[in-house]
Amino acid sequence: MLNNEEDKTMKETLIIAGFGGQGVLSMGKILAYSGVMQDYEVTWMPSYGPEMRGGTANVTVVISDRKISSPIAHQYDTAIILNQQSMDKFEQMIRPGGTLIYDTNGITRHPVRDDISVYTIDATVECVKLGNAKLFNTLVLGGYLKVCPVVTLENVFEGLKRSLPERAWKMLPQNEEAIRHGAEIICKVR
Amino acid sequence: MKKDEVKLMKGNEVIAHAAIRYGCDAYFGYPITPQSEVMETLMELKPWESTGMVVLQAESEVASINMVYGAAATGKRVMTSSSSPGISLMSEGLSYLAGAELPCLIVNCQRGGPGLGTIQPSQGDYFQACKGGGHGDFHLIVLAPSSVQEMNDFVADAFDLAFKYRNPAMILADGAIGQMMEKVVLAPQRDRKTNEYIAEECKSWAACGRGEERRPRNVVTSLELQSEAMEVINKRLQAKYKAMEENEVRYEMIDCDDAEYVIVAFGSSARICSATVELARAEGIKLGLLRPITLYPFPKKPIEELAERGVKGFLSVELNAGQMVEDVRLAVNGRTKVEHYGRQGGMMYSPGEVLEALKEKIINK
Repeated sequence: MLNNEEDKTMKETLIIAGFGGQGVLSMGKILAYSGVMQDYEVTWMPSYGPEMRGGTANVTVVISDRKISSPIAHQYDTAIILNQQSMDKFEQMIRPGGTLIYDTNGITRHPVRDDISVYTIDATVECVKLGNAKLFNTLVLGGYLKVCPVVTLENVFEGLKRSLPERAWKMLPQNEEAIRHGAEIICKVR
Repeated sequence: MKKDEVKLMKGNEVIAHAAIRYGCDAYFGYPITPQSEVMETLMELKPWESTGMVVLQAESEVASINMVYGAAATGKRVMTSSSSPGISLMSEGLSYLAGAELPCLIVNCQRGGPGLGTIQPSQGDYFQACKGGGHGDFHLIVLAPSSVQEMNDFVADAFDLAFKYRNPAMILADGAIGQMMEKVVLAPQRDRKTNEYIAEECKSWAACGRGEERRPRNVVTSLELQSEAMEVINKRLQAKYKAMEENEVRYEMIDCDDAEYVIVAFGSSARICSATVELARAEGIKLGLLRPITLYPFPKKPIEELAERGVKGFLSVELNAGQMVEDVRLAVNGRTKVEHYGRQGGMMYSPGEVLEALKEKIINK
């Protein structure tokens, strides 16, 4: 998150990257909708290219209090990385001073950069413990929001509701709980 | 913007919603990345159950555009959408639609080419969209949205212009605008035009029945084998294009009042360049942005006026190898330098890269 002290502007450029089915795109959508609830400008740009055909998925979300020029970024403030391929591709694309959050599950080569903040969140293991694999992405989202509180929790819950079809609203309480729990299980590495 | 009305949607999804809400009568299309969500959304919304709009997946793009021809000939509001290679397949149909003076909407969510190329965003179809896109002397009306909100707004604008001039209109978007989600407020739902309304509105040209007064039969065709008669038709078409050039030019100017340098950019590229203007101004460079909203008719006059006023240089920034730059050069007509900066193959530039290009190609040259 870039908070410019001089003119009080806010802009967060985030990439969420992992396997298809992990809820990467919907996690981005929840966050983008939360930004809408907070009256921010938002863009949500999915990978729809060749990488999607290979089973990996990523989404770039930009949240800002000003007009957003480009939905596509060359450098990210924050990267949430959920598989090894994404680690290989995106670790180097985080800006110096930025943040990397990753799930250690399946990661064989851990991040090496020392000019960024690094956090781990073991959401794969945790959602198995909770007995519901579908809570994976909201756990990660909760961890992210603890580190980068770009939107208030109240607006996140509203964004969560709006990004889900009505038939899924019965899942809201569990997901809200997962967002709170994610904030508790995220660990700072450096 | 009321919060409840604000939705978060993809540009392609918005095209589908906007078409239904405008009261569009029929959509014929064939899937292709990066625009497939247009038809997917229509199929999900099932407008045939609510407004009565027909949605049909044709067997090919060639079939789609000819279905559009047939339906448009009856005076109905009809549309199709595709991406670059699919639009190439439609180009014969586009020429026939223009020749027969049929109003319709075509959405092109561009990807990189030539050939099958890439599925990433591009603006490589500027020539194709603005200089014909088929054989014969004709023009499409071309609107270039630079946000998801404009994907909504331009559906109504394009249909209105198409009917005003009895000419096909195109929304020239790209993979970035089509695929990205952004805030949007959708237009209110309008009723579809009734058959009675259409019979009255289009009775001079459409194949919508002869009515109780047994009007003479209308023949919808682009064929005229008599050269003398064909030239009359050609001249009528050209007069129509002239009227469009006089009345329908749309553009946006950002910080051009005191600008020493001006970037000309459209669509997703213009968004990026609006940030370049801010970067440049922070460095004390007096930079402005002229964003053509109608690519045809092209905003020739405002560019001419800027050149006349003493702007030192223009940079045409496009996601291609240099196409719109030719129209900018024609407008500037040698008064000052005009250069092009672009990326291709689905690559996009950052606001900073555009500023560097401006310095290298214009300011420091």
